[in-house]
Amino acid sequence: MEPKEIDWNQLTVIIEKYKDQNWSLIPLLQNVQETFGYIPPESIEPIADALKIYPSQVQGVITFYSGFSLKQKGRYVLKVCRGTACHVKGSRSILRYVKKELDLEEGETSEDYQFTLETVACLGACFLAPTMMVNRDYFGKLNPTKVSSVLGQYGKKKEDDG
Amino acid sequence: MEKNRLQLMLCGGSGCQANGSRVFQDALEKELKRTHLDQEIKIIETGCNGFCAVGPVMLVQPEGIFYQKLNAKDVPELVEEHFLKGRPVKRLQYVEPASEKTIPKMDDIPFFTHQEFRVMRNKGMIDPEIIDEYIARDGYFGAAKALTEMTPEQVISEIKKSGLRGRGGAGFPTGLKWEFASRSTNDTKYVLCNADEGDPGAFMDRSVLEADPHAVLEGMIIAARAINANKGYIYCRTEYPLALHRLDLAIKQARDYGLLGENILKSGFNFDIEIYQGAGAFVCGEETALMRSIEGKRGMPRPRPPFPANQGLWEKPTVLNNVETLANIAQIILNGGEWYASIGTETSKGTKVFALTGAVNNIGLVEVPMGITLRQMIFDIGGGIPKKRKFKAVQLGGPSGGCIPTQCLDTPIDYEEIVKVGAIMGSGGVIVMDEKTCMVDMARFFLDFIQDESCGKCTPCREGTRRLLEIIEKICQGKGELKDIQTLEELSEVIKNSSLCGLGQTAPNPVLSTLRYFKDEYIAHIVEKRCPAKRCVALLKFKVNPDLCKKCGLCFKTCPADAITWQKKEVAVIDNEKCIKCMSCFEVCRFNAID
Repeated sequence: MEPKEIDWNQLTVIIEKYKDQNWSLIPLLQNVQETFGYIPPESIEPIADALKIYPSQVQGVITFYSGFSLKQKGRYVLKVCRGTACHVKGSRSILRYVKKELDLEEGETSEDYQFTLETVACLGACFLAPTMMVNRDYFGKLNPTKVSSVLGQYGKKKEDDG
Repeated sequence: MEKNRLQLMLCGGSGCQANGSRVFQDALEKELKRTHLDQEIKIIETGCNGFCAVGPVMLVQPEGIFYQKLNAKDVPELVEEHFLKGRPVKRLQYVEPASEKTIPKMDDIPFFTHQEFRVMRNKGMIDPEIIDEYIARDGYFGAAKALTEMTPEQVISEIKKSGLRGRGGAGFPTGLKWEFASRSTNDTKYVLCNADEGDPGAFMDRSVLEADPHAVLEGMIIAARAINANKGYIYCRTEYPLALHRLDLAIKQARDYGLLGENILKSGFNFDIEIYQGAGAFVCGEETALMRSIEGKRGMPRPRPPFPANQGLWEKPTVLNNVETLANIAQIILNGGEWYASIGTETSKGTKVFALTGAVNNIGLVEVPMGITLRQMIFDIGGGIPKKRKFKAVQLGGPSGGCIPTQCLDTPIDYEEIVKVGAIMGSGGVIVMDEKTCMVDMARFFLDFIQDESCGKCTPCREGTRRLLEIIEKICQGKGELKDIQTLEELSEVIKNSSLCGLGQTAPNPVLSTLRYFKDEYIAHIVEKRCPAKRCVALLKFKVNPDLCKKCGLCFKTCPADAITWQKKEVAVIDNEKCIKCMSCFEVCRFNAID
């Protein structure tokens, strides 16, 4: 699958909406991120122009916050929780297993744009530890077998590995 | 409000939702409709009940019957037996692990009896999405009193009398903070609510926001009155969609009722609140960084003074309080500072909400009076350690905190006492660890987190934590030397003394506290190249102990990498070439035959 085409008209609409508000950079970027699933690097300059700041300032804010990404993500974003409670209950092994199954490192997206693997500091769902999120769904009390079945649900079969 | 024969207070907190409370609710609604009970029995979706370990949970009122671990499959039986015939379903009630006795009523369950609900007084009692239910439980009475009967000075003096201290972690007296901001002369002032709960293992702010959003708004109104601010912001994590949704709704309802906006309750006082969504940076929990972030910049802390009370958001005087602190305010105004200060210790008053997690039976949210001991919290409320394992340590205060060992379990919960044993109160994450947790690995875990979240502005934090991590990683891989311990201690002191903000100043705490109580584990890693808790995988080679192996084949069935060979009545064998060290077999073996 090729990366999605960007609808530049949509970007103009978003920029127009925030242009005249004060201190609007982060809400604007959040909107772009939500609309496109990432912040296309090409959008940095128009945003900076509209808000009358330097592109470097926009870039700086994007790279500072983990909520923004300059790369397109996969259809399913896996967030493996690396919070303390999950850690105590073995989330490092879970992460190692997910990495192996998807053949991805943290922050990487598969070539077919199906999966993105991320870790997160804490999902605030410690009662489910160890836990992970796929898009907006939680999966808790994980073990390798359960991870396989979760990945299976999202169309990743064990045979695809090799 | 209409009268119902029974009210079903179904928990709709994030925890129960993740455990399937929505599916259960749908099934229950259908069944009630089918049996024509929907006129006399009402389902109310509440905020987090706190007993997340056994979710989804439901409280049947007015009987007080508590149901746990509910599943859509249980619906027909529940409706038929309990709601029609009046016979509560024993099977779905709480069973005390020790005595195996069924406890039908919520008020009798030890998890609840030892708690004292103030911040969480409305949890599970009201529908957080309906403002009238909050008002029915004395909601906004505190704000009304503060606006119409009290002067700002009186409000501040009441809060000072209560002894309330900031619940975000540092414990600065709230009344004093307000007093400083009220003294600043400026036309524009701000009240901020810090809902950027980022500590791993902490979820109490999320639950308060989800269960009782109006309590936070009311606290902000009173704070605004005290310092004479007209504008407030709630800085909330994007990762908390349900909390954001409920806050948004609560603000709209409060505006409709004239509790926010212009001329609140005809007092002539104007105040409005907006939500600001965080973009994911741990350091933004620090007050000056949070303000930078609202201004649309990189959220980096700055040196203080000037303090935010004089120059905060957009260089205007600003008060920033944590969610839990604000949720306390209305009741202090309503009941008086002395009432609040009647429980607690000399320096720490009132109650504190903790998120009890990790290796403990009753995972969930607990609110306890200050001054009870850690032992009471973990064993009486938490129900002790599962799987008959031994308690090893408890981690308090998130990444800035420390690990407290068995011998210090009788420490009372009090800001100063906890610092004495090497941890901090923090925002309230309590992570219990059993004997299978490696303390060196814990230190590595926290450092990994800190150096990832360090904003990079000051060198001690940016470089120092990185070096600490490298040394600890070396030790975890069995390449450590004894002199590393001294380096760790020295470097920790430097980082502690020279970092700019709280994040860096407390970053070495996990190292220092584990070194203080568990030095023997560091030495085992360094000298014997051995991880006593069997967690540091680089030091482990898995093999089956033939003397202990009962030849059950459980490990063989569990192994995801096909690295175990086993045949009936034979001892299992692990192929270390294929082994991915996922620890599955280790966890699953009932006879401790894998080492």
